[in-house]
Amino acid sequence: MKFDLSDDQRTIASTARELLAARSPFERVRSVAGEGRYDDALWRELCELGWPGIAIAERYGGQGLGAVELAVLLEELGYAVAAVPLLGSVLAASAIEHAGDSEQRARWLPGLASGELTGAFGGVRDLIADAPGASVIVLVEAGAPRVVARGDAELEPVDAIDPTRRYARVGGDGAALTGNVEAALGRAGAAVAAELVGVCRRALDMTVAYVSERRQFGVPVGSFQAVAHRCARMLLLTEGVRSAAYFAAWAADAAPERLPEAAGLACAAAGEAGVEVTGSAIQAHGGIGFTWEADVHWLFKRAQLDAAMLGGASGHRMRLARAVASARRQRRQGQRSDGSAIPSSMNL
Amino acid sequence: MDLTFSEPEIAFRDELRAWFAANDPGAEPPHHEERLHFAWRRDFQRRLFDGGWAAPHWPVEYGGRGATLTQSAIFFEELGRARAPLPANVLGLLLGGPTLMVWGTEAQRDRHLGPILSAEEIWCQGFSEPDAGSDLAALKTRAVKDGSGWLVTGQKVWTSGARYAKWCMLVARTDAEAARHKGLTYYLMDMDQSGVQVRPLRQMTGESEFSELFLDGAWIADEQVIGGVGNGWKVALTTLMNERAGLAFFLQVRLRRLLDDLIDAAAARAMLDDDVVADRLGALHMKVEILRLTAYRGLATVEKHGQPGPEGSLTKWMWSEAAQELAQLAADVLGSEALVADSPWGYELLRARGNTIEGGTTEILKNIVAERVLGLPRAR
Repeated sequence: MKFDLSDDQRTIASTARELLAARSPFERVRSVAGEGRYDDALWRELCELGWPGIAIAERYGGQGLGAVELAVLLEELGYAVAAVPLLGSVLAASAIEHAGDSEQRARWLPGLASGELTGAFGGVRDLIADAPGASVIVLVEAGAPRVVARGDAELEPVDAIDPTRRYARVGGDGAALTGNVEAALGRAGAAVAAELVGVCRRALDMTVAYVSERRQFGVPVGSFQAVAHRCARMLLLTEGVRSAAYFAAWAADAAPERLPEAAGLACAAAGEAGVEVTGSAIQAHGGIGFTWEADVHWLFKRAQLDAAMLGGASGHRMRLARAVASARRQRRQGQRSDGSAIPSSMNL
Repeated sequence: MDLTFSEPEIAFRDELRAWFAANDPGAEPPHHEERLHFAWRRDFQRRLFDGGWAAPHWPVEYGGRGATLTQSAIFFEELGRARAPLPANVLGLLLGGPTLMVWGTEAQRDRHLGPILSAEEIWCQGFSEPDAGSDLAALKTRAVKDGSGWLVTGQKVWTSGARYAKWCMLVARTDAEAARHKGLTYYLMDMDQSGVQVRPLRQMTGESEFSELFLDGAWIADEQVIGGVGNGWKVALTTLMNERAGLAFFLQVRLRRLLDDLIDAAAARAMLDDDVVADRLGALHMKVEILRLTAYRGLATVEKHGQPGPEGSLTKWMWSEAAQELAQLAADVLGSEALVADSPWGYELLRARGNTIEGGTTEILKNIVAERVLGLPRAR
């Protein structure tokens, strides 16, 4: 038992954090988001570094690392709220790799791994992140994913409240992913939750810095318990989501039979916590927090869209409770409970 | 990252499970039958001791098994899983013994560690006072030098298990002139003397887990000073650091068990078909699982840095709120059944109100998190 990042994983995290801090500070996010586009220079650099293919198998041109390494990168992406189509690409690639057939893999994975192609992943009724420029969209309808190539996609671009990404409603035909759909959906949930960990952590770091500096009544406002306790709760929620998100990322590779349960936890926890923590950051910043320049809003907006991708927390919670009850009933009846006792984790 | 138990950890767990299977703790006596309840815990600790399981986290030379942190966590999880009680001498095992191992003399260790393990001598903790709760350094109990020992006068409160205790880990002020953290000394006080009056405090559950101690010229010999005169604050911190580590895993599993009981009860009444009930049970499931995961993450931190950090405050906070929420949900779901006096859920409903107070109120935990984890300016 060692629930901790390895030294290599820590190095990935710190390298990614430094790179994004240098290339994608908020001034940069503000400017590209204001123009309604992605940060193309940053995206090219990330592709050269192999980020889109970090978790794709080497034989498809990826780096062959695992879901935990992917989670580490996505956490940093969330921390920076970087305006690049990475999330959609890795979600699409992960779904195709784990639920697609060899033909689908051979067709899409090399391009997605190199970043030559981008992808997107989401539900038919949702605003799908990174869909407008995507070459391939994994579209989920009633729990069943299909691969929609750009030419077959009916795409309706939408300006979402989160301008750091391009969103669209998507329809269109494509070949079904017929492999392990549950794993594909579980991995997607784990990945989005990991991004939310970073979003939460950034919101907390910014808030701690601000309330330590900002003075009223002759003292830093962070010395008031009402403010300090708000920050403490932000940490409680952030670390809770971190526990669940990394449990799910770990399970994806190391204990697939636990992935549905783990992803269910991550999905149930991450969306609501992300919205609460980023909302709390705005509140703790006071009037400044409501301004465009304070940059806290980028986190709140990203959290809202990510939470929507995960689906309603209430649905995840109900499924978890019923799954626990049914697993316990089966155990009492002497049957081994299999993974399917806990239904798929993304509410799509 | 590895969230599975290693071979040695599984071997440790399986040996323990086999032992528990052969040593059923039996049904828990009702909480209001206090002496019976305590005797159950004492008997069970003796059985643990006979089996060599009283304190697996202690080094082998002191009668433990030199268990790793993870093995120690497994021990407490299995204890909870087997529906066994916390050992009667939990304060001696978790706090007193480890404090002696750091600060005690060889003679003190030789004298005391054995009877702690066997539950022959029960220990209690005399830290809190009526005006020194969260603010421990404000304590007023005074110890005055008298020949080859000390005379202690003052009052302690919230002393768990004082009625059964032979020894009390006592912090008293020995230098009124020194700065508040400096003039303190840590003693091991014999409870069995006329200068020590124990008055049980009746708590809102009706039982008396805690007592007040009235100290009127209580005598403590020089040999019973732990860690040197004037060094009490440091020694007390050692004790407090040990407070949460192992206990957290027992409490977390106990909560899981109660939640499973409630889910079973709700399922048996077909109440899981109700979305509101399923949603609330699912929310608790999420909190309880996240608590366990976060506790294991904390263990990795301790392994890396050698000692528990202030992050432990986070898991205690998570646990206490989940425990309260669970007991309330049981009352909401099971209705009148959970409101019967001395019933298991009725007891939980009342007892859980102490969870957010004992061992650090939620408000103090939030201060600790804000100041010591987040580095915010000192709160007002």
